[in-house]
Amino acid sequence: MAGVLIFSENQGLALELLTAANSLNSTAVSACVINNDEQAQALASAGVKVYIVKNNDLVMADVGAIAGAVKQVADKVGADTVLLASNRRGKELAGRLAQAMNAGCLTDVTALSIEGDKILCQRNALGGATVATQHIDADKKVIAIRPRTFESAASAGAGSVEEAAVEVKKAGVAVLEFKSRAGDTVDIEAAEVLVAVGQGLNSQDDLPAVEELAKKLGGEVACSKPVATDKKWLSEERIIGLSGKKCKPQLAVLLGISGQVQFTVGIRDAKTIVAVNSDENASINQMADYIITADLHDVVAEMNKKLG
Amino acid sequence: MNIVVAMKQIPDLQQIRIRNRQPILDDVPLTLGNIDKNGLEAGVNLRDELGGKVTVLLAGNENIEDTVKEALAAGADEAFLVIDDSLDRAESSVIANVLAASIKQMEEPSLILFGEGSGDNYSGQVGSRVAEILNLPQVSFASSIEIKGNQAVVTRSLEDGEEIVQVDLPAVIAVLADINEPRIPSVTQILKAGKKPKEVLELDELEVEAGKAMVITTSNLAPETERKRVVVKSVDELIQALTTEGYVGR
Repeated sequence: MAGVLIFSENQGLALELLTAANSLNSTAVSACVINNDEQAQALASAGVKVYIVKNNDLVMADVGAIAGAVKQVADKVGADTVLLASNRRGKELAGRLAQAMNAGCLTDVTALSIEGDKILCQRNALGGATVATQHIDADKKVIAIRPRTFESAASAGAGSVEEAAVEVKKAGVAVLEFKSRAGDTVDIEAAEVLVAVGQGLNSQDDLPAVEELAKKLGGEVACSKPVATDKKWLSEERIIGLSGKKCKPQLAVLLGISGQVQFTVGIRDAKTIVAVNSDENASINQMADYIITADLHDVVAEMNKKLG
Repeated sequence: MNIVVAMKQIPDLQQIRIRNRQPILDDVPLTLGNIDKNGLEAGVNLRDELGGKVTVLLAGNENIEDTVKEALAAGADEAFLVIDDSLDRAESSVIANVLAASIKQMEEPSLILFGEGSGDNYSGQVGSRVAEILNLPQVSFASSIEIKGNQAVVTRSLEDGEEIVQVDLPAVIAVLADINEPRIPSVTQILKAGKKPKEVLELDELEVEAGKAMVITTSNLAPETERKRVVVKSVDELIQALTTEGYVGR
C-alpha cells in the first residue's frame, strides 16, 4: 500500500484515524493538520509525520477550500488513500475531497481489513437492514471512519511536524456565529450502560424515574429519534440510530422501543440487550437477550425500588 | 428564484424483508429518499416565500417517471429526469456526474438542495461531489435556510454546536431530516402531479462521461443476531439475570 494520509479537525478522532492508518500495512502514514498546533503536537507524539497547514484564510466551514487543501497535502506526500473521520464535518468533506482527487469514497465505515491490495470496508446499507462489505476499486481512495471504530493511538514518540504551504481557493462560505451546544454534553457513545426510551414512554414526567434507573445501573439515558426530534423530551445528543449515534455499550436497557431498523442499527453491537415492551411481539424482542413483556413504567419503578 | 432539488428513487425500506440474511428487494414498492423529501419541502417553502420554481432532479431507471409523481404532488413545479438502467441506485460518483451535467443544462439555479444522505445508503457523498464538480460553495447538515439577497444564511448543525454561515448563491445545501415536516399531498395534488411538465432525457442525450462505479460490493447481508432471547417473567428475574451477568451489584 502506498501512502496514507489522515485528516480530522477533531484531535481525538485524528488519533483514532492514526490507529486505523497504522493497520493498513502502509509504507508511509502521514497526517494533515489545519491551523491547529496542539493537534499537530499530539499526533507527532503518537509517532506520525505531521504536515501542518497554517493559513488564516482557511476555515473549516468552507468545505470546498478544506478539500482543496487536504488534496494538495495528499499530492505533496504521495498519499493515494485519505482517511477521514465520519463525524459530520468529515462526512461532508469526504465526497468533496473524493471528487477533487478523482477518488472512490466510502463513508460511515465501521470496520476495516486488508485482503491482498484491497481495503475491505464494512458499512450499513439499506437503511441499516444489512451490513455491506465494500472496497474502492480506484487508484485514489477516501474512507471516512465512524468515531470509536478504532482506539486512539498511544504516544510513541519519533514523530515530526513540518509546515506545508497550500494555495487556498475560498469558496464563498463565511462563519457568522458558532453556538456551542450548552447544557447537554452527554456522550452516549462512551457509556458502558445505556437506558434508552422510545415512544412507549407516556410523558416527559416519567423521565426522572428513567434517569434514576440509569444512574443506578451506572449509565446514561438515551432515546429513539422521535423522543428527541418530535417530542423534544431529550436532546438530540441522546439519539441512538442511523442518523444518531452508534453505540456499543456493555448493557442496553431498551424501554418501550418497538425496534425499527433505523433504531436498532445504533444499538445492535451492545453486549447485552434487555427489552421492556408491553407488546410481546415487538420486533425488538428478536434482538434482545432478556425480554420482559410489561409496562415500562411499572418495570422502571420496581427496578428503582429493588436496586436500592 | 430557481431551486433544484435532487432526489433518489429507493426501495421502500419498511417493506424489505430478510430471508437467510439476504435482503429481498423483489416487488418492494419504490419511493423517494425520506430525507430527500425534507430537501423538497425546504425548496417548496422557499419558493412559496420568494417566488420562482422548484425543479426536482432524478437519475435512475425508467421507474423514476412514475416515482417522481410523489415529488410533483408535494409541490415541485417540474421534473428533470435522466433515465438509464445503469443509473438505478448507481454509485455516488456516477450519479454526481449525471446530476451535475443535468444542472448545467438548466437555467442557472440559485439553490441546489439535497437530503443529508439517501434513505438506503446514507453515504452523503453526492451533494458534496456535485458542489465540487460545479465549483460551488456548500453547506451540509442544514437545520435552517434563509435567503438574503444573493446569499443564504444557513445553520449547519454539528455534534458540538450550531455553525451559522453565510454562503454566496448559487450554492449546494444538504438538509437534515429535522429541518421540517414534509407535507402529505392531497388526492387532488396527486392527480394534478401527472400533468406537471417533465423533461425526460436518456443518459446518452446528456453530454457527460458518467464514469464507472468506483465502489465494489462483495457482500450485503443482514447482521447475524446471536441473542439469548430469554423471556423473564418478573423484575426479580430480570435483576437476577443482570446480577449473574455482572451488571448489578458491581
